Amino acid sequence: MIKQEFTITIFSENRIGILNQIVSVFTRRHINIESLTSSESAIEGIHKLTIVVFSNREEVEILARQIEKSIDVLKAYSFSHDEIVYQEIALYKVPTAKLFKGNEIEKLVRRYGARILEMTADYTIIEKTGHKGETQELFDKLDPYGVTQFTRSGRVAINKMKKEPLIDYLKNLAKNGLNTNIQ
Amino acid sequence: MKESKKQPVMMTGSQAVMESLLNEGVDLMFGYPGGAIMPVYDALYSIQDKLHHVLVRHEQGAVHAAQGYARVTGKVGVCLVTSGPGATNTVTGIADADIDSTPVVVISGQVGSSLLGSDAFQETDIVGITQPVTKWNYQITRAEEIPRAIARAFYIAKSGRPGPVLLDITKDAQFGMLEYTYEPVTSIRSYTPCPPVEPAQIEEASKLINLAKKPMALVGQGVLIAGAEKELLEFLEKTDIPAAQTLLGQSALPSDHRLSIGRLGMHGNYGPNIKTNDCDLIIALGMRFDDRVTADTKNYAIKAKIIHMDIDPAEINKIIHADAPVLGNLKDSLPMLTARVNKNDHSEWLEEFRACDRIENERLIKRELFPEKPELKVAEVVRRVSEAYNDDAIMVTDVGQHQMTAWRYFRFKRSRSVVTSGGLGTMGFGLPASIGAKLGKPDRPVCLFVGDGGFQMTIQELGTINQSKVPVKIILINNNFLGMVRQWQELFFDYRYASTELINPDFQTIARGYNIPAIKVTERKNLDKAIEKMVNSEGPFLLEVAVEKEGNVFPMVPAGASVADIRLE
Repeated sequence: MIKQEFTITIFSENRIGILNQIVSVFTRRHINIESLTSSESAIEGIHKLTIVVFSNREEVEILARQIEKSIDVLKAYSFSHDEIVYQEIALYKVPTAKLFKGNEIEKLVRRYGARILEMTADYTIIEKTGHKGETQELFDKLDPYGVTQFTRSGRVAINKMKKEPLIDYLKNLAKNGLNTNIQ
Repeated sequence: MKESKKQPVMMTGSQAVMESLLNEGVDLMFGYPGGAIMPVYDALYSIQDKLHHVLVRHEQGAVHAAQGYARVTGKVGVCLVTSGPGATNTVTGIADADIDSTPVVVISGQVGSSLLGSDAFQETDIVGITQPVTKWNYQITRAEEIPRAIARAFYIAKSGRPGPVLLDITKDAQFGMLEYTYEPVTSIRSYTPCPPVEPAQIEEASKLINLAKKPMALVGQGVLIAGAEKELLEFLEKTDIPAAQTLLGQSALPSDHRLSIGRLGMHGNYGPNIKTNDCDLIIALGMRFDDRVTADTKNYAIKAKIIHMDIDPAEINKIIHADAPVLGNLKDSLPMLTARVNKNDHSEWLEEFRACDRIENERLIKRELFPEKPELKVAEVVRRVSEAYNDDAIMVTDVGQHQMTAWRYFRFKRSRSVVTSGGLGTMGFGLPASIGAKLGKPDRPVCLFVGDGGFQMTIQELGTINQSKVPVKIILINNNFLGMVRQWQELFFDYRYASTELINPDFQTIARGYNIPAIKVTERKNLDKAIEKMVNSEGPFLLEVAVEKEGNVFPMVPAGASVADIRLE
């Protein structure tokens, strides 16, 4: 089966060791993690992790169920790229002196919808959000001018469903008289 | 479970460990003391009349004993060990309990919290080490966390699909003071132990069952864990569906039941294997399509639709695609299904299995049970022992040829009568597991079948048997070989016996050293009398049987082959 990019979003309790538990599901099956972000979700106390892998629908569903077996994981959902809206952020550091040799860098910033975050006598930090291909393209354009540092974040994603399925999960617990608080 | 105390009482963390265990109804535990768990052992000292502690000889033995106890009683087995090597020695047992869904709580001591991560004496990251092989684990660094963590541990270990839990308690948390109250945990928001049965899934499954001409049920340990033996019989008897059992599903229905068609898998029976590719419907009940059951999955159940009934959503479609999954507890789902299906008669189909049985009997079982050569065969020993206990003993095994043979030839009348290491295949499991099984069911005879290889992996537990006076009957099947590996070397590695022959000690002398009466049988004519002596003995007993040196276990599905390629010789 042809592999494609899948995004797995995981809602978990914010506990020590949770990342280890989740990552080991991928390690055991020899699946490489392309990117990973983790931060508190809209619901207080619940963390949201977003993991990008190359896989197929069948395998990624099995992965999600295995991840959910972790006691501290509430739910795991898998999405193909057309089922989500996603972004990454990239930062580029270039020597400020290069900006004054012609206005090439300024043109690039405008053309790529990037922006200048900070400028000192020594360096300028440029920020761009977008998909990996877009942030990479800007890097390729800037690099001839001497990018001294470059960093790219993992993916953040929002699914295209009407509402966050986790909310329904929690509502269901409450309806069945089960605990919905952190323990 | 006792009433939780409402009035807080001041006590140490160690006392809170003991009180919490008593609150969970624990009256027996297995363990081994050491530096980082000494405060807890000190708290145990005062309540030994209420909480009996069995001192094992190695921490691996503590976990296997707890597993044996859990498997025969359905209750949570409990272990107490120290930090560092004490904790790492439990890992094999924990992994075994994990893969065989056995409820066990392991409590390990840990160095003081100020020393964590500093490579202190007997410090090891046991939470990190056991993370992939526990259902849940947790490090307690403050005394006040103890009651809550233990309540969580027991709830998680025994609910849903059971499994092992490890709690690591730092020494300062054991010494610290807390206001003790106990509240059992009954739900955790991030954990769904048992998905509710969906009527639509029952509907879908019942349609397939009503249409099937050649259905076959596969009975796994899930039936035993759910306590759904009666529900299984009602379903099978209404639908008249033949049922085969996995290794751990054995004893879910009586061996002599009309619809019992025997054992699945690599060394199972001829009929259920060969008919897997002939049947038109498989109803998998609390089993996980282990590769020892399915063999080559591409050539497994090639004509069949699959109904997969399990409590664990992660098992659905993991190995074999389910046409009709039914999630939920079998205790709930089976009666719902039984109510929806038609009464049926599959006697013609059942006759096909009987025909297979006759072939297996003629070509294999006869020569195993009534050999013409003078060397003793494992099968005849197993069958004689089974009969001597009226086919109603608890069978514990180690791992290897004797395990497969014991499983094939021992017979069962009652549920929860098999204790064996299935998924992990842990040599050394048998002896300590038999101790736990006997202490869990003191009124039933416990027969351990163990090979000369596996026996020596945990042989020190003879000391536990001696000290705690555990009357297990040990049947040592001695062929001076690591028999299963030797069999593979013979069949697939051209008789190149690399490191499989054993030069053994005199087991009779060893048993006597541990005050265990022992007898050795080398000839068939002495077998019955020796078994009689064992059956009539009050305490523990070692019956050593010198068997055929190079015997093979058949039938056998060769590795990589299809179930239909099962070989009888």
